[in-house]
Amino acid sequence: MKHILSVLVENKPGVLARVSGLFSRRGFNIESLAVGPTEDPNISRMTIVIDADDLKLEQITKQLHKLVNVLKISDLDPKDSVERELVLIKVNAPPDKRAEVVETANIFRANIIDVSKTTLTIEITGTATKIQALEDLLRPYGIKELVRTGKIALARGKLAET
Amino acid sequence: MRMTGAEALIKSLEKEGVEVIFGYPGGVVLPIYDALYDNKKIRHVLVRHEQCAGHAADAYARATGKVGVCLVTSGPGATNLVTGIANAWMDSVPIVAITGQVATHVIGTDAFQEADITGITMPITKHNYLVKDVNQLPSTVKQAFLLAKTGRPGPVLIDLPVDISKAEIDFKYPEDASIPGYKPTYKGHMKQIKEAAKLLVQAEKPIIYAGGGIIKSEAWDELRQLAELVQIPVTTTLMGKGAFPDDHPLSLRMLGMHGTRYANYAIMDSDLIFAVGVRFDDRVTGKISTFAPHATIIHVDIDPAEISKNIPAHLPIVGDAKIVLKDLVAEIKKGKTPHSDKTRWHELIASWKKKYPLHYHQDGAIRPEYVVETINKLTKDMDVIVTTGVGQNQMWAAQFYSANKPRSFISSGGLGTMGFGLPAAIGAQIGRPDAVVIDIDGDGSIQMVSQELATVAANKLPIIIAILNNGYLGMVRQWQELFYKKRYSQVDLNVGTPDFVKLAEAYGIKGVRVTDIGDVSKILKKAIKDRKPILIDFMVAREENVFPMVAPGASIDEMLGGIPGASLSQMIDEEEEEVGSEAHLISSSGK
Repeated sequence: MKHILSVLVENKPGVLARVSGLFSRRGFNIESLAVGPTEDPNISRMTIVIDADDLKLEQITKQLHKLVNVLKISDLDPKDSVERELVLIKVNAPPDKRAEVVETANIFRANIIDVSKTTLTIEITGTATKIQALEDLLRPYGIKELVRTGKIALARGKLAET
Repeated sequence: MRMTGAEALIKSLEKEGVEVIFGYPGGVVLPIYDALYDNKKIRHVLVRHEQCAGHAADAYARATGKVGVCLVTSGPGATNLVTGIANAWMDSVPIVAITGQVATHVIGTDAFQEADITGITMPITKHNYLVKDVNQLPSTVKQAFLLAKTGRPGPVLIDLPVDISKAEIDFKYPEDASIPGYKPTYKGHMKQIKEAAKLLVQAEKPIIYAGGGIIKSEAWDELRQLAELVQIPVTTTLMGKGAFPDDHPLSLRMLGMHGTRYANYAIMDSDLIFAVGVRFDDRVTGKISTFAPHATIIHVDIDPAEISKNIPAHLPIVGDAKIVLKDLVAEIKKGKTPHSDKTRWHELIASWKKKYPLHYHQDGAIRPEYVVETINKLTKDMDVIVTTGVGQNQMWAAQFYSANKPRSFISSGGLGTMGFGLPAAIGAQIGRPDAVVIDIDGDGSIQMVSQELATVAANKLPIIIAILNNGYLGMVRQWQELFYKKRYSQVDLNVGTPDFVKLAEAYGIKGVRVTDIGDVSKILKKAIKDRKPILIDFMVAREENVFPMVAPGASIDEMLGGIPGASLSQMIDEEEEEVGSEAHLISSSGK
């Protein structure tokens, strides 16, 4: 089962290596990992997507907790969290196809962020399914390059807080 | 006070109460060794290979309960230390390893003697530090010691670039360390403890499975109270030897691959396992899927990650063994739940003990077991520390030496590091100068570290080095005999092995060879009395095997050997019928 772990860590050199090293040496697979500082510059948030059963997830979480630089771990419940990923897609778009591609991008509320004679670079954010749908539609034109940030996520605000 | 980073390091170590450093100098630690030169408070023990600085610090920590400290140079010094650190990591031993590093401005340029030691040791340290600002040095040392000795203990490494050692600092040692992401749980959950108390007194066939965690948290008295209060038999792991007296009537001695038959039968047949300070290692559980099929498992450990890692626990208790056991004993003493009748369980165990005692052939040859047994007899009631190599020598020591006190048996468990015995004896003897320290070693193991005879000689350490010399890598040979059709591939050490007596003499240490069984006791007795370094080369029966033995991948009640008066093949046949029927008998009567 897929899990999104939101992990707060001290923003110090080597912390990413400690976390990724732990996953590899204990045989846990990371599907995606995104990391960056939070509102507090001393603390970073890692969003780690993993595929693991409950026992394995428990072991991963306990092992992560043992890293001295790890401050807090939450297993985000998909129902109670929001997740996004940002993807840049450089797709073939010769003049005769360009309008089609732009139209497709517009349907997805994606942005065109770069244009050349033969290509368009499209920026899309959203859930995995939305991104997958756009990717599938663009594939016939020829995707030249693609890059994704990996999933980032936050727990939804509690009703009392809003 | 104004001082250099190197001086601040030594001052910080003084503040932590460090009395001994095991180390080896080199280029980038010159400033530190210069700071040590005039120091009156800290003794430096010069080893002859950095790996042994790690092992000596490790055994010093195990023998004394203090933090062991080792100091080596960058690059090869640091990489040589890696095995020492890994060994301490696997056995959860508190050491602080200090490595020199090339200057900060050349880090990452493949400078002379540069190695990324924080990267290399990330998987084998509890935490490690690369100090890039001299002002952070005192607080780093403070944190390192706190991490090493609290919670689940373990090695912590501090990598110190040479320019930081030379930089100046206004020294002030912090009162306490703040580590926001580090909060070990010491007190067990009372609801769980109450439940455990109930299960323990109600169980009909309970067993305590105790390990190194008991010694680390100094919980041996509490463990004994629990066992005696509820009359529960206790088996210990290799790391747990000494946590409960081996000679106690409730003791089942060691369990697992080379454990006693009665310990393995008892845990497999038990209805309740109280596991404390253990990690269900594969050498203990054997085949996981068949392990203790009828037992409810209560698992107490300070490291939550150990609970349900290998075998799911029915009742987990995260906490420090000493505190949890104290609460548990108090809870049981309230007497809320009536105790079950455990007579039949004790009778069954007594019958196993009678039928399957640890034993060996006595035919006039020097059997290695006899040597260990003699050491055991001669040192009863003394303050003794036994250290071991790894392999057959280690298992015979574990089987035939009765550890009746904590911190009296020091062995490399998790990593199984050949060569641990001699540097461990050095660390133990320096930590406990009055103890009789005996290194029970193998001819293979000791050759990995024989240069440390120099350290023994230089420090006049009255260590007794007892080599069980069979001219083989004995444990590997045993596996080849049993599982590889006696194809003895690369295990015969007879050609090339030095004359150990001459080797000892070359270092100025007394050496004695024993070839006659009649001399074993006499020579050991004298060695114990003399209190001088001595190497005794016991020429033991070459193809002796360690029994009982659980074949790799087998269930731990499927043991080879260890039945008095039976040949190996007979033993295998008999075991299946007899044990099967006994176990059946009690489980049907119990229900």
